[in-house]
Amino acid sequence: MIAIQTEDFNPGQEYERLEGNKSSGAIVTFTGTVRDMNLGDKVGGLFLEHYPGMTEKALQEIIDEAMARWELQTVRVIHRIGQMYPGDRIVFVGVASAHRKEAFAACEFIMDYLKTRAPFWKKETTPEGDRWVDERESDQAAADRWL
Amino acid sequence: MIKVRFFASFREKLNCEQLTLEEGEYAPLLSALKSQLADQGEHWREVMMSERTLVAINQTMTRQDVTLQSGDEVAFFPPVTGG
Repeated sequence: MIAIQTEDFNPGQEYERLEGNKSSGAIVTFTGTVRDMNLGDKVGGLFLEHYPGMTEKALQEIIDEAMARWELQTVRVIHRIGQMYPGDRIVFVGVASAHRKEAFAACEFIMDYLKTRAPFWKKETTPEGDRWVDERESDQAAADRWL
Repeated sequence: MIKVRFFASFREKLNCEQLTLEEGEYAPLLSALKSQLADQGEHWREVMMSERTLVAINQTMTRQDVTLQSGDEVAFFPPVTGG
């Protein structure tokens, strides 16, 4: 259900896995990628650090909460760590459910909570040097909508 | 004995990844441990006193003051920025 990995993932393959359950009538997936710009600066690369052990635990709690809120058949979360470059895939969330509303909501909920509760940190490389990425208020506001 | 860990910008700022504190070397309350660490220098004070600082005890985030038990892992880190 959860994978934390340095290597890339294949969204097509992940999608096919979500298709496996015949009682699912809706599949929603989200893929996040590295942008080449942030806060007006060119981003040449990104290093993703995490807290091994806690990351898996935090993601499991988020998935458990999603499954308690909506009837979901399958949930898949993949997050990459280590060095990445613009265009690279960072994160994948896939949800299979009987109906689209649940699948859309759960996918968004998982991403909103992942962004504010899972212990990952981004450090980006810019022409001015490396810098740690600051949290965004808009991400916190997005997560707070679900409270 | 407790383990104290620092992540991301905190680890770099404090130049410290992990501390191991034996019984008697640490204040048993989390709030007191923070004050104790804050006394180690200017950077430590900034990290420990910042409202942005997040704390996890045994890999679960907490906002409350708790009594630390031997074997606990306390982690301090900045707001998360994954996804």
